[in-house]
Amino acid sequence: MEKIILFAPLIGAILCGFGWRVLGEKAAMWTTTALVFLSCLFSWVVFLGFDGEMRQVDIFRWIESGSMVADWAIRVDRLTAIMLIVVTTVSAFVHLYSFGYMDHDENWREGESYKPRFFAYLSFFTFTMLALVTADNIVQLFFGWEGVGVASYLLIGFYYRKPSANAAAIKAFIVNRVGDFGFLLGIFALFFLVDSVRFDDIFAAAPVIGETDLTFLNGTWNAANVVGVLLFIGAMGKSAQLFLHTWLPDAMEGPTPVSALIHAATMVTAGVFLICRMSPVMEFAPDAKTMIVVVGTATAVFAATVGLVQNDIKRVIAYSTCSQLGYMFVAAGVGVYSAAMFHLLTHAFFKALLFLGAGSVIHAMHHEQDMRNYGGLKDRIPYTFYAMLIGTLAITGVGIPLTHIGFAGFLSKDAIIESAWGSGATWSFWALVGAAAMTSFYSWRLMFLTFWGKPRGDKHAHEHAHESPKTMLIPLGVLSVGAVLAGMVWFGNFFGDHDQVNRFYGIPVHAAAEAGHGAAEGHGAEAGAGYPLPGEGAIYMAPDNHVMDDAHHAPVWVKVAPFMAMLIGLGTAYLFYITTPDLPGRTARAFRPVYLFLLNKWYFDELFDAIFVNPAKNIGRALWKGGDGGVIDGAVNGVSMGIVPFFTRVAGRLQSGYLYHYAFVMVIGIALLITWMMLTGGAE
Amino acid sequence: MISADLSVVLPEIALAVYAMVAMLAAVYTSKDKAAPILVWITSALFFALAVWLGVTAGETRTAFGGAIVDDGFARFAKVVILLSAGAVLLMSIEHMRRSRSLLFEFPILITLAVVGMMLMVSAHDLMTLYVALELQSLALYVVAALRRDSLKSTEAGLKYFVLGALSSGLLLYGASLVYGYAGTTLFSGILATIEGGEMPIGLLFGLVFLITGLGFKVSAVPFHMWTPDVYEGAPTPVTAFFATAPKMAAMALFARVMHDAFGAVPGDWGQVVAVLSLLSMALGAVAAIGQRNIKRLMAYSSIAHMGYALMGLAAGTQLGVQAMLIYMAIYVTMSVGTFAFILSMQKDGQPVTDIRSLNMLSASEPLKALAMLVLLFSLAGVPPLVGFFGKFYVVRAAVDAGLVWLAVAGVVASVVGAFYYLRIVFYMYFGEEGDAQLDGSMPAVLWGFLMVSAFAMVAGVVNLFGVEGLALMAAQTLVN
Repeated sequence: MEKIILFAPLIGAILCGFGWRVLGEKAAMWTTTALVFLSCLFSWVVFLGFDGEMRQVDIFRWIESGSMVADWAIRVDRLTAIMLIVVTTVSAFVHLYSFGYMDHDENWREGESYKPRFFAYLSFFTFTMLALVTADNIVQLFFGWEGVGVASYLLIGFYYRKPSANAAAIKAFIVNRVGDFGFLLGIFALFFLVDSVRFDDIFAAAPVIGETDLTFLNGTWNAANVVGVLLFIGAMGKSAQLFLHTWLPDAMEGPTPVSALIHAATMVTAGVFLICRMSPVMEFAPDAKTMIVVVGTATAVFAATVGLVQNDIKRVIAYSTCSQLGYMFVAAGVGVYSAAMFHLLTHAFFKALLFLGAGSVIHAMHHEQDMRNYGGLKDRIPYTFYAMLIGTLAITGVGIPLTHIGFAGFLSKDAIIESAWGSGATWSFWALVGAAAMTSFYSWRLMFLTFWGKPRGDKHAHEHAHESPKTMLIPLGVLSVGAVLAGMVWFGNFFGDHDQVNRFYGIPVHAAAEAGHGAAEGHGAEAGAGYPLPGEGAIYMAPDNHVMDDAHHAPVWVKVAPFMAMLIGLGTAYLFYITTPDLPGRTARAFRPVYLFLLNKWYFDELFDAIFVNPAKNIGRALWKGGDGGVIDGAVNGVSMGIVPFFTRVAGRLQSGYLYHYAFVMVIGIALLITWMMLTGGAE
Repeated sequence: MISADLSVVLPEIALAVYAMVAMLAAVYTSKDKAAPILVWITSALFFALAVWLGVTAGETRTAFGGAIVDDGFARFAKVVILLSAGAVLLMSIEHMRRSRSLLFEFPILITLAVVGMMLMVSAHDLMTLYVALELQSLALYVVAALRRDSLKSTEAGLKYFVLGALSSGLLLYGASLVYGYAGTTLFSGILATIEGGEMPIGLLFGLVFLITGLGFKVSAVPFHMWTPDVYEGAPTPVTAFFATAPKMAAMALFARVMHDAFGAVPGDWGQVVAVLSLLSMALGAVAAIGQRNIKRLMAYSSIAHMGYALMGLAAGTQLGVQAMLIYMAIYVTMSVGTFAFILSMQKDGQPVTDIRSLNMLSASEPLKALAMLVLLFSLAGVPPLVGFFGKFYVVRAAVDAGLVWLAVAGVVASVVGAFYYLRIVFYMYFGEEGDAQLDGSMPAVLWGFLMVSAFAMVAGVVNLFGVEGLALMAAQTLVN
């Protein structure tokens, strides 16, 4: 069954990509979609029927070179199961949604076939993403990691006639390369330390790695910290964390279903998944974890601030994604991997919902993406409106405080914020609460600008605004259900009490630990024998990691804080965009430098251009024009067009045809040879 | 005792007797009418002898008081000489018949030249060396001027003769110097003298003069001046012959003298040979660029190739000799194929030698053009064809012997030289559209040699048809 889950999308991609001429366009598209739905169905079977016991499904021996052995195997544990449903569910509904969204695309000429290619790419992406999450060793994971990068590149640049799309695709690829370099070094370091790339071996060796020192760059470093930081750099690239985030907003050049699938729900969460997967190593790398918390918090705040002022509907959601990924990293960084996975799961539902809703709005408005040209769409496209509303309620975290009843984001985001408090990183807690207020503001701003108020912009577009077809509305409906219920249904498993979480992840509870645990009443007992070892269970939390328990026992004001932040954000947005619509303009004028700073995304792109891109371009141009063109081509041309023909003429002239010239050359030759031998040979 | 001596040189004696009998028989019977059949018989004899020598390989034997030696090295060279001479003879029939120059003397002169060459590679004494060399040369002088009614052919023969006489004089002078200082003409005696003590300066001079004479035979720069004129002037079958068997014989003799007589001082002759090698490679590469006549072009090409073979010799090691033998075997094979094509170039019944006449050959004769493409790429030393491996072996030998500068120069020269080979390919495949420049069908024999040679260049990459191992055994008997 796991094999079918993994390979069905690949078969679909191959059939559709290469065989659509035979199958026919429509049939090819339905084939891929049906196969992904099959994969989705089986994923749910695996997820719901999973008993917590990790098992491996061997497929074939992949690499064997010296001590480096890597099998291609599917590792089925709780983390994999969670990712399976996330990936296949969103992917399946994005496939379905694309039938409507990709119909009659204006970027293509009449009669051009582009849809099978799009579906093939989507299915190929799904396959590589599944390869990533089912990996049983870190090299296989890297295969999937690069595979999703390729698929992302192909899909961002899908509109290859648009220069901006091509530029965005290349940017995404290159920025990811920076992160991948770190990731690769991390893989090398792990192989160097453990002499194996299998997760089982790596996890078993984690305590040893934690006590090993590496000498590098004239300093001694803890091996676990080095590995942790390197892996996190890889995760930063893929998950668009601060400094390596610049590609994600630009990636919105791709079609909206792509943004929903790859740049919101699945691929960008691969970094979070990686950190959770490597939790046994991370637990021994305190400094790396601190770095993760710092970068995650910074990203959450930074992206939220930028999101406040963006006008492109997809960019707002893109920055929101970036910000939410920051939250997930904070959870992983403080050691509550379960909360990170929880938010990953719920976020996949409501963010895919928001993106697909935005796609529906864009579809209705004839590919207009500027929110300033929306307004009053509530009645024109009611289903889309309700779906977006549910998504917004979920992301802003609406629920009943101090209970476990609320939209998906309410439970998972609050879990992260409480974990931040529980870890003792109070500064992170306050930053996240602030970011939550901003999240609420920009999300409601999006809603108010789009659906409330008076129609703005092109009248024609507004008059022709129409509800989307069924193929687009069904995915919205299904994801809405997920956005409402995902949090409440699985709260106990992800962030409930200790035993429930342990059971969920298949973390064995040994008898001794059970006893100690009982005595300490779930507060976590002293570190000692009988505790789960690294690698037992899908995630590992060190015996001295009580953050989750501490989070549960946070004061009431801590638990209510995110809700209050949400209300503040909502109130401000209401004030700005409903009651006094001229307030945003006045505020922007009053704080013009701040406004510009945010509008231009903290000038990160400009900064990177100045520091990296332009110098690199200049070096490249210098080497190309001066080095290659001037020196190499110049030398070759000089020799082949100047010097060689000169000697050819000389040789031709010497070959005069006169016998005495020939004899003369011979005699001169022997005279020179004799002289030379006399000078050198005689001296011996 | 004498019978034992004679048994060592039995193949040579058989050939010599055959040449004389054939001449008498032809003179007293149908003269030139018997020429075709005579050519076939001669070729068959060459092939049979080659097989015989190949399969009866045995111990190293000497004869006539050490003046002649029959060892693995000599046998390797002899087989190559006999096979290439036989092949070129067969290829000549059609061309010579067309130009009405198929004289019965031709196969007989070739046979005598081959006898000379076989004695050359077996020579173990300066006097044997000289006599054998002259036997070969005299036959070749006549062959070069075979078309007595052609001004160019007679000019070529005369130039070759005069310059050859000069080089023979230099060689003899060197031989006399060596004899004067060593007191013997036997190679083993010379070797013993040098090993016994200091190398007298007179002996060194003798060595340089010997190298000069041998360098003339392999057409190494600066003793190459005759080559382009003779190649161009001589009838094309004769040119094909010049480019193959005598080159092998002269190169083998060169190695024989250097290693057997002066093996104790490889440094002294090594540096001279290295310089000759460098000059040959450079001039061969550069001068051929200006050539439009394919025969002259092949002359410069052979000069360059001799440079590479000399690079192996300059290494002064067993690996160097092995590389040189491999290189020569490959070179001879490529030359046979290339000349099979050149011999078939004609328009309106007249031979053509301008390379521009090959324009768009790929359109009219795709298979021939492809075979030529393979051969030219192989001559240029483009991997993965066999020609590349020849260069690879000599370059490796040079690098192992510390002659890195020579190896680098060889590689650079091969890049420059690739230009003129590839220009022919350019004409064949991308030339200007126009009337067919060549006509006439290709005789089956030529077609066969062209295809076999081209195929060998491709198929040989597997194991070089075992030549590597044979060359190693040959080199082991020479250098130990």
